[in-house]
Amino acid sequence: MTRSGLGNVFYTVVKRDLLIAMRRRNEMANPLIFFIMVGTLFALGLEPGSGLLAKMAPSVIWVAALLGALMSLHTIFQSDFADGALEQFLISGHPTSVLVVAKVLAHWLVSGLPLVAVSPLLAVMLQLPTDAIGPLLLTLLLGTPVLSLVGAIGVALTVGLRSGGILLSLVVLPLYVPVLIFGAAAVETAIGGLPITAHLYFLGAMLLLSLTLAPFATAASLRVSVN
Amino acid sequence: MSVQEFIRMDGYGFYIWTSYALALIVLVANLVAPMLARKRIFREIKGAIRREKLKNVPQA
Amino acid sequence: MWTWFHRFGSPRYFYEFSGKWAPWFGWSSLVCILIGLYLGLFVAPPDYQQGQSYRIIFIHVPSAWMSLFVYMNMAAAALVALVWKIKVADVVVTSCAPIGASFTFLALVTGSLWGKPTWGTWWVWDARLTSELVLLFLYLGVIALRAAIEDRTDGSRAAGILALVGVVNIPIIHYSVEWWNTLHQSATVSKLDAPSIHISMLLPLLVMAVAFMLYFSMTLLLRARCEILDRERRSRWALEVVNGT
Repeated sequence: MTRSGLGNVFYTVVKRDLLIAMRRRNEMANPLIFFIMVGTLFALGLEPGSGLLAKMAPSVIWVAALLGALMSLHTIFQSDFADGALEQFLISGHPTSVLVVAKVLAHWLVSGLPLVAVSPLLAVMLQLPTDAIGPLLLTLLLGTPVLSLVGAIGVALTVGLRSGGILLSLVVLPLYVPVLIFGAAAVETAIGGLPITAHLYFLGAMLLLSLTLAPFATAASLRVSVN
Repeated sequence: MSVQEFIRMDGYGFYIWTSYALALIVLVANLVAPMLARKRIFREIKGAIRREKLKNVPQA
Repeated sequence: MWTWFHRFGSPRYFYEFSGKWAPWFGWSSLVCILIGLYLGLFVAPPDYQQGQSYRIIFIHVPSAWMSLFVYMNMAAAALVALVWKIKVADVVVTSCAPIGASFTFLALVTGSLWGKPTWGTWWVWDARLTSELVLLFLYLGVIALRAAIEDRTDGSRAAGILALVGVVNIPIIHYSVEWWNTLHQSATVSKLDAPSIHISMLLPLLVMAVAFMLYFSMTLLLRARCEILDRERRSRWALEVVNGT
């Protein structure tokens, strides 16, 4: 007996995407490795003991998270587009935006959340003051879903294209700027010992805004791309 | 003000005149681009018409 | 009243309308530019703080205003195209993008040229400069996206969606960058207080702004009619136009 309610559809899509991701565990690790690599390179590239590394740590971690997200974005729709599953989603009769949220959730669980989990390691590598690690985790927790949600719009717009990768970065970059600014600024403020409630409110607001609007934009973009 | 002084603009001449020159270039470029495009489109459509006519001509 | 507006949805009507009006916009724009240049370069006195270098403002500020205005135009057209599926609106989106990008580029470069003698540096991560730079990227994204998609209708539609998403982002970007700036206490920015600007400087500024607006109208019509002719090249009226009948 199958329950075909919307909730069940949502759950099924999330489960399916997670299953597919699990089968490609190597691909899952890529953004993580990239994330750590960027941090390591910065640590190696800067003069040790100059204190510069610790000062740059919030921005470097956030930029690395951004780039990591950018790297993993294509997995949201790429393979489904290639094998025709995306078309099936669109004509299935279920609201596309809900399916989009399901896929983005799966993507975030597989690429965003691990990033957040690994960030303390990066923080230690980049000599971020330990009091700031908590705020860092909080901002990344609020910020990475926004990266996935907004990035999904970009992927949906470029999924069928040959030059997809570079174009995706160009399209998504302006949209990522506010998240980066607030995220990095929050961690910097935390280092200074000041409260970051305002920053968190902004990040939260961006999360809510993207949660409510981005799926519709993504759905519209998918309909154009799958044509 | 003499012409010399006008161009020099108290030493700021380079910045001011480069700005105005760039503005001129941008405005002219945006004017010329659609004009050239129009000529190109006319050429293409006329070529297509000619090709259609040639297709219909051989009757003998 | 709506029938008057609806007529613009017809490609043929738009083509004829734009052909008639573009020259008017063009010539009046030229007149305004000449007046503006005269007022700005000859009549307006040197600024007591910045000397002659402030004269860049007559290019810089109108460009910046236009860069935002054109984007709003583009987004509005994108909305119309998406909701009512009007082809002409799609064309307007495509035509606005390069013009807007040009104005944004001009604003950034003239701003930089103004900043060097004033602040001593070519670039500053001032709130406005940063927002403007991101705006340029938004424009470039729209242009690149449209160019990358082979089917013209799909390309315009995708570009339109991006333009709309960007419009939501513009206030967010601007506000976030302003916030970021007050946190970082950037170097002193010489802001122009609008009410306290002298009339001899305000007038050429407004004249140039009007001139740029008229210029934008002209180039928009020119570009749009080109695109429309291109799209409708198989139709009877297009053939008549090309044959000169």
